[in-house]
Amino acid sequence: MNMIVTPASPATPNGTTRPQVRIVIVGHVDHGKSTLVGRLLHETGSLPDGKLEMLKAVSARRGMPFEWSFLLDALQTERDQGITIDTTQIRFRTNSRDIVLIDAPGHAEFLRNMITGASQADGAVLIIDALEGVRDQTRRHGYLLHLLGVKQVAIVVNKMDRVDFSADRFKEISAEISAHLQGLGVKPTAVIPISARDGDGVAERTGRIGWYQGPTVVEALDQLEPARPLEALALRLPVQAIYKFDDRRIVAGRIESGSLIAGDEIVIMPAGKIAKIKTVESWPATPVAGRQGAGRSVGITLDRELFIERGDIIAHASSAPRETRRLRARIFWLHDKPLAKGDQLLVRCGPKESRATVVAIEKAVDPGELSSVENKAIGRNHVGEIDISLSNPIATDPYTENPRTGRLVIEVSGRIAGGGLVLSVDAGQRAVPVDIVPVESALRPDERSARYQHNGAVVWLTGLPASGKSTLAKALERRLFTNGGSPILLDGDTLRAGLNSDLGFSTADRSENIRRLAEVATHLARNGHIAIVAAVSPAREDRATARRIADTAFREIHVATPAEVCEERDPKGHYKKARAGALASFTGIGNDYEAPQAAELVIDTSAQTVAEAADEIEQMLKTTGVLFDEVVDLAANI
Amino acid sequence: MDHLDQLEAQSIYIFREAFARLKKIALLWSLGKDSNVMIWLARKAFFGKMPFPALHVDTGKKFPEMYRFRDRYGKEWDLDLRVEPCPPIDAVDPTLPPAARSAARKTEGLKMALGKYGFDGLIAGIRRDEEATRAKERVFSPRGLEGNWDVRDQPPEFWDHFNASPPQGAHLRIHPILHWTEADIWAYTKRENIPIIPLYLSQNGKRYRSLGDQDITNPVASTASNIDEILIELEQTKVPERSGRALDHETEDAFERLRVAGYL
Repeated sequence: MNMIVTPASPATPNGTTRPQVRIVIVGHVDHGKSTLVGRLLHETGSLPDGKLEMLKAVSARRGMPFEWSFLLDALQTERDQGITIDTTQIRFRTNSRDIVLIDAPGHAEFLRNMITGASQADGAVLIIDALEGVRDQTRRHGYLLHLLGVKQVAIVVNKMDRVDFSADRFKEISAEISAHLQGLGVKPTAVIPISARDGDGVAERTGRIGWYQGPTVVEALDQLEPARPLEALALRLPVQAIYKFDDRRIVAGRIESGSLIAGDEIVIMPAGKIAKIKTVESWPATPVAGRQGAGRSVGITLDRELFIERGDIIAHASSAPRETRRLRARIFWLHDKPLAKGDQLLVRCGPKESRATVVAIEKAVDPGELSSVENKAIGRNHVGEIDISLSNPIATDPYTENPRTGRLVIEVSGRIAGGGLVLSVDAGQRAVPVDIVPVESALRPDERSARYQHNGAVVWLTGLPASGKSTLAKALERRLFTNGGSPILLDGDTLRAGLNSDLGFSTADRSENIRRLAEVATHLARNGHIAIVAAVSPAREDRATARRIADTAFREIHVATPAEVCEERDPKGHYKKARAGALASFTGIGNDYEAPQAAELVIDTSAQTVAEAADEIEQMLKTTGVLFDEVVDLAANI
Repeated sequence: MDHLDQLEAQSIYIFREAFARLKKIALLWSLGKDSNVMIWLARKAFFGKMPFPALHVDTGKKFPEMYRFRDRYGKEWDLDLRVEPCPPIDAVDPTLPPAARSAARKTEGLKMALGKYGFDGLIAGIRRDEEATRAKERVFSPRGLEGNWDVRDQPPEFWDHFNASPPQGAHLRIHPILHWTEADIWAYTKRENIPIIPLYLSQNGKRYRSLGDQDITNPVASTASNIDEILIELEQTKVPERSGRALDHETEDAFERLRVAGYL
């Protein structure tokens, strides 16, 4: 029983490439999906010789009138029950497209199969019975298309023969479904009146729908565009595995967005480690030169040995995904037992998995219902918005920024039970183990900023010893305070005397030192203060960690006083000691200071006065939205 | 990326997921064009060497050319080859039509191999376009304890997230080329220069489109004597790929009954 009769080859014999698009036909049960598919196969000349005759004979033998839908009902079980229970894939051609048609069942019982089918589609046809109009499953499928990210949706109003091809009835349904979809942010590409049984509107604009000027179904399919790989977005390479089959250590995965090339500096999230891509490995020929884009399954080697594991995300350092243990998602739920607050789950974001707890259920509705009655739990085949707390940090993006990495699935007892889109990533929320209940401040951020005339920020001064960081930090502190602000100085050495007295100068201890500085500074910034950090912080990777912790509050200032000048100043005598070999792990006389590449500001204290430098910093804080503009001017305008 | 690049990248992704998420897997090597493409893709996924066994469940009734091919490329491709026999025909469900019964022997052989090695995942080269019941398959397809397929209760599978937790004692079928077509297989075989069994090419006006046991596989009329000509033939034909497979045509539901019982 082979249904696939014109195999889509990558190129026609004359060498032209035809775009292949995958489409799904969805809608309420019995609104005519299988009939439309049967008719489309016939109209596009895709049926094998004798197939139609054979099916007509089978129908006659069973004493039933022939139905177009029999073409699809290849399974014995389906014929017995009279409903399509699963997705099948059928191929045919329009003028300029190879179409892979994924049939998806309309029966509510099989929503998981509809989702399985529709998730693979570039576009969708939503079918509505002209007599019955928009039904619950029509609305539900419309909603799921939105959640699954299917943006090209054509509406087909079928069985027009049963409403005497009434233009009024068509307009009525067209208005209702268009309003519903537009409420979800989905704009139909066409609304087409048809009779799948008789053929009107499928490939031909017949006289009976003479009042209709738009495209036929075949013409609408011809307009569909295949989904494109997301090369224009930031690089996201989720790690599937690390292979050590020979002396190479290959990090393998598929590029979900963006592109990479050997030599790129990358960051491994959520740990935030930085490395360079040494080679892009392949087989039989390796290594491969050239840029690798979204959609490719690749293997890379790095210039250093780092601990990497399955589920990490490789990104470019300047556009890394956010690390989080808290996120909000809009999900559909397929499990028998409703999803409720406090439920323990397994969440998968790409290859990354983490145990998770449902912290809150914000909206829980049946997308099939007209009035959205809100529930406390998300029932089977319903949708909702949830806040989840993850036991392991993950790196992810909101789906509006990256539709590939901004989605997740939920597993219950080893079986996929739901899925959805990441709406927002709460980078501010740290780990929330069950027993720890963070106490939030009684003051709102805007109350503080109204008093201080600035937002909270972390001003991070990095540079060689004796480059002038502390002097600048103190000048800035004084100036902000004089203007009524709330600056707080965090000096690296001062904190080492207390909070960080357990730390030495090993690489790991230095990283931990920076992490703690960043955590304290971020806490202050979140409470409206301007934390001024003065710390050598020589490792780029450590500063990247600090930036990630402080997120949008971070302002990096590179105090780039020339090394000779710093050594000449040497107020603490450190350079002299180091030269004499008496001060191990001293940053400054080797090449161990990794200068920032994209600091918000660079200052050379050998070329300008402290006051000039403080002016520059103040100006930068204004233009980047930390300091508010003069209140006086505002008052004058009232 | 062209069409073949996309297919390849997707298959590699599936192979790597299977290898990462299951404990003990094997690839079912039927020696045909599809499973040869699979082995090629596996070697791409793992940078040269397939890191799990190739299992050939041998009915003993394949064409001599196929055995020669197995012996040569098993070595050349550095495969961990395991050849497992099938039980005698008497051990197979006597209510099945003759060809189906013969094919069902292979299912029994497969069950025996599963019992012997304790694989929790078997990689199989079926494609959605081959046959309507195969179109219903998931990429990761759970099998019951008896190796059976419950088509009515398949778990949801979307966004390349696969259900990879078979119950204790059961196994998964993994289908890395489910999304390929017959023409894709040939176009890729040509592009990558993958060796093929000469029976696929026309001799005396006939060639095999699909290779099974000698006694239940027939050639189709064809003049295609190289892959380019096969691709042109496939553009024009309306004859199904498995038309030479006797078991598909015995009764309307014979194939599905076989698959529910665990046939590929």
